[in-house]
Amino acid sequence: MAASLFVQGLINGLNQGAIYALIALGYTMVYGIIRMINFAHGDFIMIGAYTLFYTIPLMVNAGMPAWMAVIIAIVVCALVGVLVEILAYKPVRKAGSMSALITALAMSIFLENLAMVLFGAKPHNVQAIFQLPTVRVGSVSLPLNVLLTIAIGLLIMLGMQFFVKKTNLGKAMRAVPQDKDASTLVGINVDRIITLTFAIGSGLAAVAALMYCSTYPRVTNDMGSMMGMKAFIAAVLGGIGVIPGAMLGGILVGLIEIFVKLFAPGWYEAVTYGTLIVILLVKPSGILGKNLGEKV
Amino acid sequence: MAVETKTAPVLRCQHLGIQFGGLKAVDDFNLEIGESELVGLIGPNGAGKTTTLRTITGLEKAASGSIVFDGHDLTKITPSKIITLKLAYVPEGRHIFPQMTVAENLEMGTYADKAGMAGTMEDVYARFPRLSERRRQLAGTLSGGEQQMLAVGRALMAKPKMILMDEPSMGLSPLLVQEIFDIIQEVNRAGITVLLVEQNAKMALSISNRAYVLETGTISIEGSAAELMDDPRVKKAYLGQ
Ligand SMILES: Nc1ncnc2c1ncn2[C@@H]1O[C@H](COP(=O)(O)OP(=O)(O)OP(=O)(O)O)[C@@H](O)[C@H]1O
Ligand SMILES: [Mg+2]
Repeated sequence: MAASLFVQGLINGLNQGAIYALIALGYTMVYGIIRMINFAHGDFIMIGAYTLFYTIPLMVNAGMPAWMAVIIAIVVCALVGVLVEILAYKPVRKAGSMSALITALAMSIFLENLAMVLFGAKPHNVQAIFQLPTVRVGSVSLPLNVLLTIAIGLLIMLGMQFFVKKTNLGKAMRAVPQDKDASTLVGINVDRIITLTFAIGSGLAAVAALMYCSTYPRVTNDMGSMMGMKAFIAAVLGGIGVIPGAMLGGILVGLIEIFVKLFAPGWYEAVTYGTLIVILLVKPSGILGKNLGEKV
Repeated sequence: MAVETKTAPVLRCQHLGIQFGGLKAVDDFNLEIGESELVGLIGPNGAGKTTTLRTITGLEKAASGSIVFDGHDLTKITPSKIITLKLAYVPEGRHIFPQMTVAENLEMGTYADKAGMAGTMEDVYARFPRLSERRRQLAGTLSGGEQQMLAVGRALMAKPKMILMDEPSMGLSPLLVQEIFDIIQEVNRAGITVLLVEQNAKMALSISNRAYVLETGTISIEGSAAELMDDPRVKKAYLGQ
């Protein structure tokens, strides 16, 4: 009994964790490149979820596969991310980190209120994208759509790691935060790489929205704040600015959440924040974080 | 060394003016460099040498005047495109990518043009055996001298027609200074035009064909390296004689 409960928790925790990891990736990539916490990032998930809410029925009615809606959501989120960067963040980029922070907070509030005006305050139910059965193995029930989303999440994380390590654009994304002048000198268009980073980070939020909606098919205008907060904690826990750190932090926060809720409901927030505090005390830059005070 | 062997200019700055918040850093700057020349640019701290090189490579904006490299007006080109014209800059203070390995840093030098990368990299390693031994080492952990070599190596990776060098000898031991200057000469002998900014006027003049003296943002003296070495003003202010 305890073993099956554990397996169940592990699967749900991985599912939750993969969602946080994908969101944390968005925080960490943007932080990595311009040293800014994009507090509106959580709200991109809400935008992704609303896009799914409206486009899944469209796809189904048009006789197209429902997963095509995810592509649309990725494109919409990437576009919103790029617009937010160009219209709101770029103009204050040279004005200091406090201005950037306040702009990001304002953007978050703006997006949530805009969503309330456009879509109303009552929750909407998102249609399922994958109609997969739940199989039972012993006393463990395995919803196949959850397994599928975990697989998608992990695959995307591996893909990101490959992209950043091996491709030309990925290398440019690593080079820009290390030295903007040197990046320009070797031929990197720094502004374009920053925009690309926002596009990718925001696009990942759409995938996170898909994963979230396959588990909790509810969309509200403020769903992004809570998830954004937890994913932000995940990013800091794993080491902000470090891609594998975001993945590890996300999975950890997801596992902690599910297991604590399973075995000691009510303690979940205390345990999450407690872990964060302990880890930051031991290693202020996060589990995989690099010490930023290196020699230049 | 004869001055008049100059061919058509590769780089020409005319009436270049650069300002920071209304303050003139460089004013009416004129310079002309022919193909395969090695030209020195010396001057005291704060004269505007770095500012000039940064403006040529698009990192700062010119307030007035023109910069023409190989027939292209650099003031009208996106800064990140300048390297595609085969004009490379080894900036003051190295500016390597500290969290990338030596090999990755060199590879970044080919970001704009990957053709023949493997061969060029082997050439660079042959020229800098110390870098070759440290291919997998993070550049941020290299010594100052090694970082300087990496900065030069990264510029060479782009197979430039011309290299601008900003105080390559800064902070290096006399032995390493000699090594870096030897390399600059070798690079120049291979046909690459060089504009060398130096505090170390004696060394710079000893390897240059011609040189300019920049003082408070304006060229005050110019001529062949031999002429400058004989110039009493240069002797007094820069050669300590
Ligand atoms: N970004 C900037 N903002 C304001 N002033 C600047 C800036 N960059 C350079 N300056 C000023 O322009 C002048 C020229 O500086 P520059 O760095 O070009 O001198 P330099 O000749 O390279 O000196 P050094 O030999 O010490 O390197 C200095 O007075 C400097 O303070
Ligand atoms: Mg300087």
